[in-house]
Amino acid sequence: MEEVEERDPVSGHLTTGHEWNGIKELDTPVPRGVLMFLIVTHVFALLWWFLMPTWPLGTTYTRGLLGTDQWQTVERNLVEAAAERSAWVKAIETGSFDEIRANEPLMRVVQGTGRQLFGDNCAACHGTDGKGGSNYPDLTDDDWLWAGGPEGIAETMRIGINSPHPESRVAQMPAFGRDDMLDRAQVSSVASYVFSLSNPDYSTARNVEAIAAGREVFMTTCAACHKEDARGDPEVGAPNLTDPYWVYGGDLQTIVSTVHGGRSGHMPTWDERLTAAEIKILALYVDSMSAGNP
Amino acid sequence: MIAQLTTSERRQSAIILLVLGMAGLAMAALGRSDPLGVHGLLVILFSVGLSYFVLSSFYEPEPETDRLGLYYDDPIKVGIVLSMAWAVFGMFIGVWVAAQLAWPDLAFDAAWSSFGRLRPAHTTGVIFGFGGNALIATSFHVVQRTSRARLAGQVSPWFVLLGFNLFCVLAVTGYFMGLTQSKEYAEPEWYADLWLVIVWITYFVLYLRTLARRKEPHIYVANWYYMAFIVVVAILHIVNNVAVPVSLGHAKSYSVWAGVQDAMVQWWYGHNAVAFFLTAGFLAMLYYYLPIRAGRPIFSYRLSILSFWGITFFYMWAGSHHLHYTALPHWVQNLGMTFSVMLLVPSWASAGNALLTLNGAWHKVRDDATLRFITVAVLFYGLSTFEGSFLAIRPVNSLSHYTDWTVGHVHAGALGWVALITFGSFYTLVPTLWKRERMYSAGLVEVHFWLALAGTLVYVFAMWNSGIIQGLMWRTYTDDGTLAYSFIDSLLAMYPYYIARAFGGLLFLLGAIVACYNIWMTVRHVPLSASRRADIPITGLPAGAATPAE
Repeated sequence: MEEVEERDPVSGHLTTGHEWNGIKELDTPVPRGVLMFLIVTHVFALLWWFLMPTWPLGTTYTRGLLGTDQWQTVERNLVEAAAERSAWVKAIETGSFDEIRANEPLMRVVQGTGRQLFGDNCAACHGTDGKGGSNYPDLTDDDWLWAGGPEGIAETMRIGINSPHPESRVAQMPAFGRDDMLDRAQVSSVASYVFSLSNPDYSTARNVEAIAAGREVFMTTCAACHKEDARGDPEVGAPNLTDPYWVYGGDLQTIVSTVHGGRSGHMPTWDERLTAAEIKILALYVDSMSAGNP
Repeated sequence: MIAQLTTSERRQSAIILLVLGMAGLAMAALGRSDPLGVHGLLVILFSVGLSYFVLSSFYEPEPETDRLGLYYDDPIKVGIVLSMAWAVFGMFIGVWVAAQLAWPDLAFDAAWSSFGRLRPAHTTGVIFGFGGNALIATSFHVVQRTSRARLAGQVSPWFVLLGFNLFCVLAVTGYFMGLTQSKEYAEPEWYADLWLVIVWITYFVLYLRTLARRKEPHIYVANWYYMAFIVVVAILHIVNNVAVPVSLGHAKSYSVWAGVQDAMVQWWYGHNAVAFFLTAGFLAMLYYYLPIRAGRPIFSYRLSILSFWGITFFYMWAGSHHLHYTALPHWVQNLGMTFSVMLLVPSWASAGNALLTLNGAWHKVRDDATLRFITVAVLFYGLSTFEGSFLAIRPVNSLSHYTDWTVGHVHAGALGWVALITFGSFYTLVPTLWKRERMYSAGLVEVHFWLALAGTLVYVFAMWNSGIIQGLMWRTYTDDGTLAYSFIDSLLAMYPYYIARAFGGLLFLLGAIVACYNIWMTVRHVPLSASRRADIPITGLPAGAATPAE
């Protein structure tokens, strides 16, 4: 091949003498800086290979001079972190709720840690502010389906409601309408009665008949759980129907749906997922949410 | 376009379509109680649709025989159109999923429009639909011009292009129906994977045969990169997708890889898809369209060699950095990390080579939005390759992993590098290919440039902020030794950034729509030009040219 030397006027470098559809290349040497940085990165890699586990050797690998291992590191970190927390964790584990509540520094830990634990474990259903929502109870009022207070809340968290835990709290509102225990008129009238309990304005002349009929149905069908005064029974998780707090909604239509189709809420058991100390922290934290509220 | 095919080629096409239609029929019959059946019908529809084109021109006269002295550009034109169509589709879905993260109700409570199904539709749409078609189209262009040879065959380029698009359609429609292998960027099921293997091997053979026909003594750098892209993607695709279907009548399959080996194979694939699909292939584009547009010689052939072999060698080892602090053995993580660091200089050598090529043409970068697309793409390439090596360092990764920083990094590469280099290449290629004087509107190229740049910057800055905030919130401890924030706290902190990200993506999408309009108007309304510098002809050597290799 004939050698034609061609020099690029801008850079002053020779071309390689090739051309592809008008594209040429210069024969510029690799800049020093590039080679230097290449060496720096390779020296870094080489050092890392000596210091850390890197290369496979059949069934084993080079351990590295520093002898690090990610599993040992993480186990050490976990032990250290547990040791750091051990003082207050032990105080919470062994103390009674009253003792913890009396201990101001410990209650600061409860508030700080409780907020994060609540956000990661409870907020998905009960909301970050604990106010619940449709189908999920409000934890900030002082109206409890089951036992309230830190002891009761801790117990509900431990065993859950309608959960797979062997000691689980069990509560079922039967589907009175769907399962033909009450006819349509009865469902409608008992709903009117229940609605009137928390809405005295509803007891007008026009509705009084239905309410009276509903009251009779209530006494024979509902009072077993919700009691004759309709104030519910925390022993069986039957809600108070006379107050303004509702899990599934307190408007007439929703009450009709509840009586017709029944309800069966679900609260998971946290027994194995959270530690005993974490359950206690959360119980105190949730209890404090309703402090001062009726 | 069919009239360009010889009678025997028309017959071949008809037979291929018949076989494909039969395969579709078999899928529809065997999978009649499964989403596989729907895909069977889709394959039949695809085959019948194309058969209509072939058969309606079946008895046209034979094409002129002097066509062999000309470049074969029809599939390239179709490839550009398909690429832009996928760009708009993929980016639209991208904006939608981004908006879903800020306003979850935008899933409208339907299964097909849930985040988990739209997200792979977005990634497949932009990476394979937009990027893949752009790579196929430009590779057909570059290999012919730099080899001074016509594509080896007239049926196989169509088979590759349209077959690849059939794969993309099967992939995306599959996601909407809930079909996935759950492997990131390798979601399509076994039958789509098998089809892609056939298409890809045809691509490989076509490319090699065209190179073998070349009349230039040397193979230009761009072709090294296109070859690396084709060869390695074939290897990655086959190894990562080895799977056993539940039965021939089911779309569902199970990977032969399991546990941590599966994770390693997947990220060896995933990382090298970034390397050889999104990097090598687009570097090939850069190596051709940059010197053509700038009118400058490549700064250094030696630097090209260094970065090509550096990239092809080091990338292969780096995949394990996607699995830092996981069940993957510590030594594999360290090995991947060190190779990621060693990869930096060869990557930057390409960026440096491109920027130094512009010496003597910087005034053009200022005045010509098309060249500015290419230049800014190089800057983003440099930025994201540095960021990639940096994020691969284990302690850095402990902060960034699982956060939006990764998403920001990917989009600095995907929007800033891959999409911008593609647009710059298309604006160079479209007038040349359709033999027009210029693009319809230089002003609209300018508008597109600023929309794309603003969109990318808004997107990337939003994700950097949100990612680093996320990472820090997840690792902040109180004095009591417990976490300071719950996960949902970090989600609430992301909200403004998720809105900003969707807005950045929207700007980018608008830019792509402007590009579609501009390309359409160029083809329809800009007059043919005789004055444009013509490509070097295949036959008849210009005076002083080198002797052919044969």
